[in-house]
Amino acid sequence: MSMKFTALAQFLATDPRDVGCEVAMEMLHVYAELFVAGDDPETRFPGIAAHLNACGPCGDDFAGLVAALSDPAS
Amino acid sequence: MPLACNPAIDERCRAGESESAQWVRRLQGDGPGQADAVRQLHAELLRVARSELRRRSPRTRIAGSELDDLAHQAAADAIVVITRKLDQFRYESRFTTWAYRFVILEVSNKLGRHFWRAPGISIDQEQWDRLPAAFGLDPQRQAEWQELIEALRAAIEETLTPHQRRLFVAIVLNGVPLDAMVAESGSNRNAIYKALFDARRKLRRALVAGGHMDAKPERAS
Repeated sequence: MSMKFTALAQFLATDPRDVGCEVAMEMLHVYAELFVAGDDPETRFPGIAAHLNACGPCGDDFAGLVAALSDPAS
Repeated sequence: MPLACNPAIDERCRAGESESAQWVRRLQGDGPGQADAVRQLHAELLRVARSELRRRSPRTRIAGSELDDLAHQAAADAIVVITRKLDQFRYESRFTTWAYRFVILEVSNKLGRHFWRAPGISIDQEQWDRLPAAFGLDPQRQAEWQELIEALRAAIEETLTPHQRRLFVAIVLNGVPLDAMVAESGSNRNAIYKALFDARRKLRRALVAGGHMDAKPERAS
């Protein structure tokens, strides 16, 4: 497929490692702490990384949790 | 169970573990100490909820007293869940990180329900002429993508279940957020995501079978 159709290709692409929302949310606190500490959670939890890249709402929750942990008030 | 840090070698991790143990002990206690802990945690959750709603406000366009009201609702519901699930905290992260997760999820739930307050939202309207724009296809180059879009349209008709088709129409054509579909259907995020995930796989396979897309490994990154 041509690069012109990238958005469609990305939408249709699915990652077999994707663990789904339930598992990702169950471990989100651990994943987020590893991320903030720079401890490469993508390698430790590739299925969660795949999910957070593909699922907009879970990715947004992850970004929110990282923002909360990065807030000096936390 | 995996730990976000190792208390055996990491001093900051030990401090976090000790702080977490204090939270759990205070919240599990009774009397004024427990009430103080609940008040303190509620204040923390409210701060995080407000901050998270502000972070999302460019997209949600929610601000002012409406934002504050949603933050209070999210913090109140989160503290109920947290105190009920306290025995499920496994010290895999700091207690506050575990608690913040619940309030972030409550913010998402509230926003999913709040979406339907706006008037005139279309969920089932099948405006298929929106399909190219949904994937950022340039109308000036229609000749290049017309065949692909027609094949996608045919695959939607031929391979998706009625449930998958409805989700595709709502989320892709009409731009309804996934969490709003969760609120509308009374289902859960995982079930909606899985139905859409399966729909995406079916559509891709159909396009590959028709020679409209390369049969490379199904990996997004």
